[in-house]
Amino acid sequence: MSLAPTNADMVVLPNPGAPDDNSGKPGFSVNLRQSGIYIAFAGIVVLFTILTGGDLIAPQNISNIIVQNSYILILAIGMILVIIAGHIDLSVGSIVAASGAIAAVLMVNQNVPWPLAILLTLLFGALIGAWQGYWVAYFGIPAFIVTLAGMLLFRAITYMILGNRGIGPFPDSVRTLSNGFTNGYLGNIGLGALGGADLFSLLVGVLAVAGFAVTQWRSRAGRLRYGQNVDTLVVFVAKIAVAAVVVMFVIVQLARFRNLPWVLVLLAFLVLGYSVLSQRSVFGRQIYAVGGNLQAATLSGVKVKSVMFWIFVNMGVLSAVAGIIFAGRLNQANPTAGNQFELDAIAAAFIGGAAVQGGVGKVVGAITGGLIMGVINNGMSLIGAPSEQVMLVKGAVLLAAVAFDVWTKRRAGASR
Amino acid sequence: MTESILRMRSITKTFPGVKALSDVNLEVLRGEIHAICGENGAGKSTLMKVLSGVYPHGDYDGTIEFEGAECQFSGIRDSEHRGIVIIHQELALAPNLSIAENIFLGNEQAKRGLIDWNRTNAAAAGLLRRVGLRENPTTQVVELGVGKQQLVEIAKALSKQVKLLILDEPTAALNDEDSAHLLNLLRGLRDEGITCVIISHKLNEVLSIADRVTVLRDGRTISTLDSEGLTEDKIISGMVGRDLEHRFPPHESTVGEEVLRIEDWSVHSPTQHGRLLVDKANLVLRRGEVVGLAGLMGAGRTELAMSVFGRAYGANISGKVFKNGREIQMRSVREAIDHGIAYATEDRKKYGLNLIEDIKRNVSAAALGKLAKSGWVDDNEEYKVADGFRKSMNIKAPSVSSITGKLSGGNQQKVVLSKWIFTDPDVLILDEPTRGIDVGAKYEIYTIINALADQGKAVLVISSELPELLGLCDRIYTLSAGRITGEVPRAEATQEGLMTLMTAGQEAGK
Repeated sequence: MSLAPTNADMVVLPNPGAPDDNSGKPGFSVNLRQSGIYIAFAGIVVLFTILTGGDLIAPQNISNIIVQNSYILILAIGMILVIIAGHIDLSVGSIVAASGAIAAVLMVNQNVPWPLAILLTLLFGALIGAWQGYWVAYFGIPAFIVTLAGMLLFRAITYMILGNRGIGPFPDSVRTLSNGFTNGYLGNIGLGALGGADLFSLLVGVLAVAGFAVTQWRSRAGRLRYGQNVDTLVVFVAKIAVAAVVVMFVIVQLARFRNLPWVLVLLAFLVLGYSVLSQRSVFGRQIYAVGGNLQAATLSGVKVKSVMFWIFVNMGVLSAVAGIIFAGRLNQANPTAGNQFELDAIAAAFIGGAAVQGGVGKVVGAITGGLIMGVINNGMSLIGAPSEQVMLVKGAVLLAAVAFDVWTKRRAGASR
Repeated sequence: MTESILRMRSITKTFPGVKALSDVNLEVLRGEIHAICGENGAGKSTLMKVLSGVYPHGDYDGTIEFEGAECQFSGIRDSEHRGIVIIHQELALAPNLSIAENIFLGNEQAKRGLIDWNRTNAAAAGLLRRVGLRENPTTQVVELGVGKQQLVEIAKALSKQVKLLILDEPTAALNDEDSAHLLNLLRGLRDEGITCVIISHKLNEVLSIADRVTVLRDGRTISTLDSEGLTEDKIISGMVGRDLEHRFPPHESTVGEEVLRIEDWSVHSPTQHGRLLVDKANLVLRRGEVVGLAGLMGAGRTELAMSVFGRAYGANISGKVFKNGREIQMRSVREAIDHGIAYATEDRKKYGLNLIEDIKRNVSAAALGKLAKSGWVDDNEEYKVADGFRKSMNIKAPSVSSITGKLSGGNQQKVVLSKWIFTDPDVLILDEPTRGIDVGAKYEIYTIINALADQGKAVLVISSELPELLGLCDRIYTLSAGRITGEVPRAEATQEGLMTLMTAGQEAGK
């Protein structure tokens, strides 16, 4: 037999002889790594539901968890992109404070109409992001240093704007966005033993679930057409069903309380938009490429500096959004606002499966990570645990989540 | 001289799903240089990891007998304690520590808990003399070239009273001069009574240095041969399990018109101010032609290629590039790709692939725009394209969702080539396309290169291996100290002739 590979003549031609085995074994470790975070979340919810005697999932409490954590979740969306690109942003807490201050000065002191004021505040956030992005991407200073400096700089700017006092109150529209609920546009409907619930909220929930199911189904059909691996129909339906039950449960509880919080609507759009952006857009793919191997991305023609720059601009804008929401919720811009938010956002991203080296992570993961922290906070305060215990548990969870990730990676590596 | 120092018997090591070693036997005689040959994935490195305790006792089946006593190593420290030291392909030195600090890392020369620097540096100086490295022991390792770092590693091994020295691909990253020095050093160590096991892909080296050769294939011992009277072909036939008839696929090029012309191209070093790396180079590439670029390490081959490729390397670049007769400007990699130029790097792990991503995302990385409509990527098309390449390039992976970091070198290289072929280039610059991949995969890569030429593309192959250039290229340029010193058609090219040109004018260049 000659050394020539038997298929040499078929190179660069379709090769019918090649093993066409697409049925990559459903590696248990891979699945565990990807879905571990959701299982953990479910476990934590169940645990605290039992510990609080069901108070955790009471209508008003679910609403509280969403509203109280909304700004951290918004920050986590931006943070996961920064971390995927291989960087970090320590300044987001200070940007939250600074943009809250700007919004307050514009709306309260200068009487700028609130839509314009929000727009200007977002622009301010973008400018801050551009400032940091410039130093990181084009000047080449590690983001850790740039944003550590930013943490001090923007806190200082906040104090310069506000002096040592708060500014408020905010216009009603802004307060409604942060704290308010959709109106019962269609009136109430009886849900038997559960009592009355808002029909509009329920319809939104049903539409959301239906939309989710349809897009997933179409995506699955598309993959099938291209001969790709998909979940079996049973698994697929089961996944959709679980998602539908969870979403509808939350919606029903909210509808029984005070309808949908506006921040939930905002958050839903942000999560959806950024998930699609990160997974499906060229820009999103380039974020992963830059974080996975900077040099390889550069040599593949990715404009890496521009990618990094825009990621920080985006982080600035989302920080400004969080700043407005937070200030509106307190009905006051405060110089100490947003203190340590960066740590919560970073923790959310890492609990949600981001890798320290970059290149790995998902928006939905970061949101789940943020919710895990939120549920721990909320659940422990419901059972009356002192704050040092809450801190203790959150620290342990962060460490455990990353340790689990490292462990599964090492196991996957050893099985080479 | 003929008693054995090491006997590994029936070593079997399984990873989940794969049997990496099955019933491997290895006997090494005291004071010999023993080479281990085999294709990538044959189990050479795994065997050495078993021997050095990286895979501790109990992780594998079989027995290890060293100097007559059975050993059950639980870690590297254990095996080093017995005098077995392994030097890995990727050197493990701390770049910002001095040579002396590196040599005694983990074995510090301390007195009452404080390091005795005089003793450390004096001992290091003695070891450096033994390995023939004329450097101050306080020099930082980062200032040394790869060849000298290799010598530091050996000095470090000597400091541990090594009896059995294992070297994994020691000359893979070295130029010929450094390789020769290293091989001489190993002969010297053998005469001092140190036994060496060397893993190498370079068969000519193996033949010149080894006393005996053990060939592994697919995790099994095929044979142990005396190097007396052994030929490369005989080793290769053992490694691949088939006779070597042709190392290169037969190919007749149909050379067309000029595609790329590089004129008076000069590049300066981005780090050392004013240092000229490429000096007024002139090159012409034609349609359907495979052109070689030969040069010793440091001649400026990669620097030339990368500076042309959208100024991805170098400072103060001057010169002109003409594509199809018209001058073009390539100020960024993106512009170079848009002009139909592709550059596949010599270091695919560092510069070529996103190792944590799967095959399909790596294949699409340089031409994502082709799969996107107004900024949105079509995942299904991406899958289809990548799967097409998986089949046509014979990338051995269960699916295009496999992570590239887990593929073998040859398959990784095919992914890199797929990525560049997908950009539909007119000119492909392939920098060391077969470095670190096994014989069978090399043949496949050569076939791909020939097929690309047949499609009318111009291919420039940069390689350190002269036989490869002679077997593959229609025309070969030689580069020496940044200057093009020759242009030789295949018919007139010989290894000796090329080597003369590659070393021409070295003094003038420095």
